[in-house]
Amino acid sequence: MSENNGSNGAVRIGVYTCHCGANIAATVDVKAVAEYARSLPNVAVSREYKYMCSDPGQDLIRQDIRDHQLNRVVVASCSPHLHEHTFRTALKVGGLNPFFFHMVNIREQASWVHENKIHATRKAKDLVRAAVRRVARHEALERGRVAIHPDVLVVGGGIAGIHAALTLANAGKHVFLVEREATIGGHMAKFDKTFPTLDCAACILTPKMSAVRAHPNITLWTYAEVTQVDGFVGSYKVTVNRRPRYVDEDLCAGCLDCIEACVYKQAKVPDEFNMNLGKRKPIYVPFPQAVPLVPVIDPETCIQFKSGKCKKTCVDACGERHAINLRAEAKQETIEVGTVILSTGFQTFDAARTPEYGYGVHPNVYTALEVERLVNASGPTNGEVVMRDGKTPGAVGIIHCVGSRDERTNRWCSRVCCMYSLKLAHLIKEHTGAEIFNFYIDMRTPGKGFEEFYQKLLSERVHFVRGRVAEVTDWALQPSEEGKLVIQVEDTLAGFVRRIPVDMVVLATGLEPHADAQEVRRMFNITCAREGFFLERHPKLAPVNTFTDGIFLAGCCQGPKDIPDTVAQAGAAAAEAMALIDAGYVETEPNTAHVMEEVCAGCKTCIPMCPYHAISFMLDIHKSHINEALCKGCGTCVAACPAGAIKQNLFDDDEIFEEIEGILTNA
Amino acid sequence: MNPYGYFPGCSLRATGVAYEESLLTLFRLLDLPLEELRDWNCCGATSYMSIDEESAFQLSARNLALAHKAECRDLLAPCSACYLVLRKTQDYVERYPAIGKRVKESLAAANLPVLDGVRVRHPLEVLYTDVGVERIRSRVVRKWSGGRVACYYGCQIVRPFEEVDRAHNPTRMDELLGAIGAPTVEYPLKTACCGGALTGTMHPIGVRMNYILLKEAVRKGAQAIVTVCPLCQYNLDAYQSEIRGKTSTPVDMPILYFTQVLGWALGADAESLGLKRAISGRKFLEQWFSKETQEAEAYV
Repeated sequence: MSENNGSNGAVRIGVYTCHCGANIAATVDVKAVAEYARSLPNVAVSREYKYMCSDPGQDLIRQDIRDHQLNRVVVASCSPHLHEHTFRTALKVGGLNPFFFHMVNIREQASWVHENKIHATRKAKDLVRAAVRRVARHEALERGRVAIHPDVLVVGGGIAGIHAALTLANAGKHVFLVEREATIGGHMAKFDKTFPTLDCAACILTPKMSAVRAHPNITLWTYAEVTQVDGFVGSYKVTVNRRPRYVDEDLCAGCLDCIEACVYKQAKVPDEFNMNLGKRKPIYVPFPQAVPLVPVIDPETCIQFKSGKCKKTCVDACGERHAINLRAEAKQETIEVGTVILSTGFQTFDAARTPEYGYGVHPNVYTALEVERLVNASGPTNGEVVMRDGKTPGAVGIIHCVGSRDERTNRWCSRVCCMYSLKLAHLIKEHTGAEIFNFYIDMRTPGKGFEEFYQKLLSERVHFVRGRVAEVTDWALQPSEEGKLVIQVEDTLAGFVRRIPVDMVVLATGLEPHADAQEVRRMFNITCAREGFFLERHPKLAPVNTFTDGIFLAGCCQGPKDIPDTVAQAGAAAAEAMALIDAGYVETEPNTAHVMEEVCAGCKTCIPMCPYHAISFMLDIHKSHINEALCKGCGTCVAACPAGAIKQNLFDDDEIFEEIEGILTNA
Repeated sequence: MNPYGYFPGCSLRATGVAYEESLLTLFRLLDLPLEELRDWNCCGATSYMSIDEESAFQLSARNLALAHKAECRDLLAPCSACYLVLRKTQDYVERYPAIGKRVKESLAAANLPVLDGVRVRHPLEVLYTDVGVERIRSRVVRKWSGGRVACYYGCQIVRPFEEVDRAHNPTRMDELLGAIGAPTVEYPLKTACCGGALTGTMHPIGVRMNYILLKEAVRKGAQAIVTVCPLCQYNLDAYQSEIRGKTSTPVDMPILYFTQVLGWALGADAESLGLKRAISGRKFLEQWFSKETQEAEAYV
């Protein structure tokens, strides 16, 4: 069917008012609105219907376009975010240019925010009247197409990034995986076992890490950070800064002889990978299964970097390979990709922010991540649970919700702490036979096999005390408390305050956004929710999309989640990226701005205004020019142009003034 | 300089006379003028607040309004209970329109202005912020010859308003005493409750709370506790003989006001600091603050 461009004859508008079940109809008199619309100029048809977005609802529009020769359509229903696309498609199928459409939001902007039906109905009428005036001015527009570059950038090499990268690479897409640390693996690489199955974390993770390294379709850059992102969906230009590790990845064979040969015979530097519970040398690999298995030299502690007077035994040990290059410099890589997956992860809550639990004051108060390293066979104590004072604990208290569900710090539930606390309780008991107390507010075990794991722990005689711990202290009231850490808590099931002496306290610290999440957000031009996690486009129906096309989310950067959910999300993000790549192109919105060259005076006011660097200056004709592929339709330049020389599709002055007059005209 | 408004409250004229004496002496030594609020009334604290909240807010608000009327910018409330109830009243009037409306109506009936612009201050915070640790250090004329002390802040001045010091681990008193050379111990109960009015209403429970504080101070090696609140001082001071009779803890330690300790270091005599009014730990007090020590250590 050929598309009607609306140029033939008089304007004939169809107005459709939606009940949205009771969402709108309970507060807005939908019949009255529809009747009122019928009285407005140029309106040929006005109807109300229970659900305009349903198939029969859309059919009404399609049928009326044919039967009543409609050439403009107004739908008064919900937010354009939700259904503008639906109705534009209905117009298109009905044979009308989809931009002869205007949507009025009488749900979020009328029924949901008002209680008085008379006033809400009047507001709905006003909004419909404005839309009818506006839509008459609409012109036919065409969508553009942008080709999608088939390569994908994955930022962050934890389990989310690893899984997304492998999924894409296995499907034949080329992936650039950029990781800030010296190895991929993320937080999962630090865990001993995983809940609820107690699989060894390394046994299930390290094969995937090696697969990343070996995959011909994956370019892996560790010790590297994205520093600049330009472009738009389909063709992002990304700059990556690869920090020097002073050991050449291509030349190094991973024999680690250099570490052995370091002039530091004993490891002396606090080991970050082991949460500073162990020591490393200035030249080190974070852990034995690191990928890539290439050492890093830390210039902060290496004698050669500090004084220039080292014997450089590491260089000698490397010998003929010449992999160690102490003069290495940072390298800038520029790549082009069509889509991006952000899997930048989380940071754990800083336990010092809850001073009542004594972290940093009492040496035997630990965070959960520290205890993960203590129970790990390749950790600083080879899996023996010994405390900072060298003793094995006889009683351990695990405090839940530290930096979670707390008005003073982070309000959200971190989702994984109940389960990892159970896991640590099991592991500590297995390693030491200690008596274990869990202090919880609510036990949250909503995953597959989680509740069963909780039941198992109950049968292992781990104690559960319901109550938020008031403090961890070393003041002693009874002889049994001497030399112990005392956990003071209101046992809300027993109904009294308890003082429980223990040797070791484990703080189940929550998950929070990275300290630099805002910088990453700005760089990729996406949004964050209030608490600082990256915001998905829709919490239910677009959980891995962002508001920026072509940029997807996976893992804890979007919010706290466990490994199964992270992997599922990473797979979904990879699938979304593939859907774009395999389609080959995306359609762009036509709401871009363009310069009317005959009016442009060449003053350049608009150029620095554009947040997307879409405007350039044409020296030959001395006029500004807008690249429509880069323009996002924000309208800043339109407002800024002193000559009024910039027009924006769908936001033409005529259209806006008609709408304003429509609102202001008394009914 | 503008004088600080001074709200003594009932305690400083009764069980806490030593606090008032030492406070006035210390402020005089530091050239900080105080001007007592004229016609002040009960602050409305503790029992009043729990029995008749509305009257308590009105009582408190009257004091704030008087201060505002007297163009007093900073109102000094040395008693922790007074400090807290005055701050709480300001906060509730601002945050809860219903309370604010009733309070303003009562004030209007008494021809008093609304209670804007008055800052309620505790002397600990004034000494720390307005005077500063360094200026105190520079004014020391007498070396501390007493024992190790535990700084006890009590529950009211740091919670919920963290304006005097941090809620969970206040350290400003420790820093001020450090400046005069008095050794302090780590005292984990520094913000625990002293028992408050429970020593009167539920005596065994109140005394047990005093006992916990005293026992832990002994355990940490302190020979005295230094307080910022007349009720804390009174509770800890008054029941030590009872505790001695009931437990195996042979406690007999002085309970001092921080203003007494600082005043002594800055050269005041024991009399003007109210040091003779103490009940417990007299033998230490006589040793630490004797005429001989006073002369021997003066002007080091």
